Amino acid sequence: MDAQREISMASPAVGEAGATGQWRNKRPVMDPALCLAAKAGRVTCQICWVHCPDGCIAQGASPVIDLTYCKGCGICAQECPADAIEMVAEALHGACEIDESGEAR
Amino acid sequence: MATKILDLPDISYVLPGNRSCAGCGIGIALRQITAALEGKMVMTVPASCLTVLGGMFPISSVSIPWVNVAFPSTAAAASGIAAGLRATGRAGEMTVLAMAGDGGTGDIGIQALSGAAERNEDFIYLCYDNEAYMNTGTQRSGLTPAGARTTTTWAGKRENPKDLPLIMEAHGIPYVASTSAAYPADVYDKVVKARGIHGLRYIHMNTPCPSGWGFDPKDTVRLGKLAVDCGLVVLYEVEGGDFHLTGRSASLSKAGRPLVPVADYLATQSRFRGMSDEAIASVQSWVDERWARYLARDAGACVT
Amino acid sequence: MTAETSVMTGNEAAAAAVKLARVQVIAAYPITPQSPVVEQLAAWVESGELPAEFVPVESEHSAMTVCIGASTVGARTFTATSANGLAYMTEQVWWAPGARLPIVMCIANRAMAAPWNVLNDQQDSMSVRDAGWVQLYCRNNQEILDTTVQAYRIAERLHLPVMVCYDGFLLSHTMMPVSVPDAADVDAFLPAFTGQLTIVDPADPRNIGPVTLADPRADAEGVLRPGYMEVRAFHQRALLDALEVIPEVDAAYGDAIGRSWGGLVWEHLMDDADVVLVAAGSLATQLTLAAEALRSEGIKAGVLGIRAYRPFPVAALRDRLGGRELALVFDKALSYGYEGPICSDLRGSLLGVEGAPAVFGAVCGLGGRDISPEQLTDSARRATADLRAGARTRATEWINLHTEAE
Repeated sequence: MDAQREISMASPAVGEAGATGQWRNKRPVMDPALCLAAKAGRVTCQICWVHCPDGCIAQGASPVIDLTYCKGCGICAQECPADAIEMVAEALHGACEIDESGEAR
Repeated sequence: MATKILDLPDISYVLPGNRSCAGCGIGIALRQITAALEGKMVMTVPASCLTVLGGMFPISSVSIPWVNVAFPSTAAAASGIAAGLRATGRAGEMTVLAMAGDGGTGDIGIQALSGAAERNEDFIYLCYDNEAYMNTGTQRSGLTPAGARTTTTWAGKRENPKDLPLIMEAHGIPYVASTSAAYPADVYDKVVKARGIHGLRYIHMNTPCPSGWGFDPKDTVRLGKLAVDCGLVVLYEVEGGDFHLTGRSASLSKAGRPLVPVADYLATQSRFRGMSDEAIASVQSWVDERWARYLARDAGACVT
Repeated sequence: MTAETSVMTGNEAAAAAVKLARVQVIAAYPITPQSPVVEQLAAWVESGELPAEFVPVESEHSAMTVCIGASTVGARTFTATSANGLAYMTEQVWWAPGARLPIVMCIANRAMAAPWNVLNDQQDSMSVRDAGWVQLYCRNNQEILDTTVQAYRIAERLHLPVMVCYDGFLLSHTMMPVSVPDAADVDAFLPAFTGQLTIVDPADPRNIGPVTLADPRADAEGVLRPGYMEVRAFHQRALLDALEVIPEVDAAYGDAIGRSWGGLVWEHLMDDADVVLVAAGSLATQLTLAAEALRSEGIKAGVLGIRAYRPFPVAALRDRLGGRELALVFDKALSYGYEGPICSDLRGSLLGVEGAPAVFGAVCGLGGRDISPEQLTDSARRATADLRAGARTRATEWINLHTEAE
């Protein structure tokens, strides 16, 4: 019905505010060697998943963070009981990768 | 039995890439609120942070029916939707959920809420309390805690916040609950319980706000929990007039442990910076008096 | 057709219309002189005679809000108010048409405070004329009933709310014979409300009424969707469509029930009128007596009654007033700091039109101040004399103002 297109009625879609991953100053980096779910090889813990305000973390062993939309709030890193998530400066990604020694490549 | 995190449904009606601030407490809770209702719901949302989270035309950040409404009108809009659904034979299809901030609930929205409660309208009302008018830039509300600096209380708010859940209890509605976005499983359980009750169900949800309270977004959950440990936020339910503490507040009571001094909490947020020792002591004694009352009620004492 | 005639007040006629229209959700807050409408509807709901949801809200703002909510999910809704009640709900009076909800509201016209006055004038509904409702004025209790039923058909056809206005106390509380149509005849004229624009369905979730930006914005498929200004342009277009729909519905009602009311404007003694007396509501009926008195004095007077004030019937007015000598507009309201609203709108619509009459304005009846046909005749006589003596413009005349009371 034409008139239906005359009212403000929005439809759901991801990314209403764009790729909110661009908001980040720091990005979460998960260490599978420390993550309880990864170590157990099954969906356990999932504390990062439940506390993400944006639902950017998919359940899993280990959970997977959607960096397109992750705003870098750091709650997952703060709440992880195993300290498996580190918030790393975004400036160190994209511009250049860092190697194991922490040196810029 | 409190639902464990791993038993929460892995389904999301809140879509990533929305416009809420990084670390927003609302998002954590909304994921569980919508999951608890299995998306079979229609929300009324007034002008507020939640409106922004919901997205701007023509894209919605939520995959549930959502009706934006004028600021004072949340509870009346929910009343109207509930009446309309009954009148058109669709009442059983979905839960009506009114969700507004502390301003939209306790200040400008209180008349409509009180009226809806007196009529025992059939919907769930959930107040996300981030303790100020955040969407317009952190002006004080009637729910702003004493000592907090806002853009309209530059020297720190003098008054203690209104006790909205107690006000709602006085309306005699079947269910009143207090929860926190820092405890998403508690939010989930309370919404599930509310879903099974008819009449007006009121849930008050403390919602930490990094932008407005002045803390690093990573601490949203940590500080929300600290508030509970200090007794500034208390988790409880009142079902048919019967009061009981829940979750962490119940554990604290059962363990008989002293609360964490409020000074520890106040020191974590820039909104409380510069509070005098007297002001802090005043908040402490306010908390202590209320905690004693909650303990007494939990043990069976009457409010009045 | 088994219509039944009884003697009833304007408020009772409005309530009878709401029952005939099979309204599904009613929410209203009492205010003099509207209260009896709500009381009657509450009684019928309680007795089961009217199977509707009745929500006894705690304010007029909530009354309109409940209608907005219920209409959003597809229920046919009704509310009524007056004066300060209308003022209190004004935010929502703006919301409803912007949201394109087919709500119908009766206004028992009453003076605005301050100071307090519960008696009749038209200031209340005039003050919200800009909000984008269809606004119709009734001259007697029969028209109140008929127009309120018609209002639902207009509203649901255009997806616009409709305001039916009638003079407080003068019509709301006075008794006149009213023929109440047979319910089956009304059902044939006004079927159930379907075709709502809003979708409230968990299986097809939509976000209704979100922030809408200044510029068009692409949706998730990349299709450009309207900005705020386009939404308002659509709203305006719907209101202008009402210029055709209102007479169509009135004519259809005439076919179905046997009465119609002139569509946008109605006329009395207009064929050869030089001096046209213009007003809305019961005042226009009083003007017919003034026109007849003037005729007996040799002044060819006629009456043009405004039934539809919004949308403003520009073409109809130009057509009826072209070639006349004078249009004298009687307002029971003022745009304070300027002049009567109907007068301004009418004069503005005739500007630059070949053969347009002079337009003078008069204000009367504020706060229930009595206005008699003699005073109206007097005013028209003076206006005609002033014009014929050479006056091209004239200050607004305040009729029956007691200047000795200062």
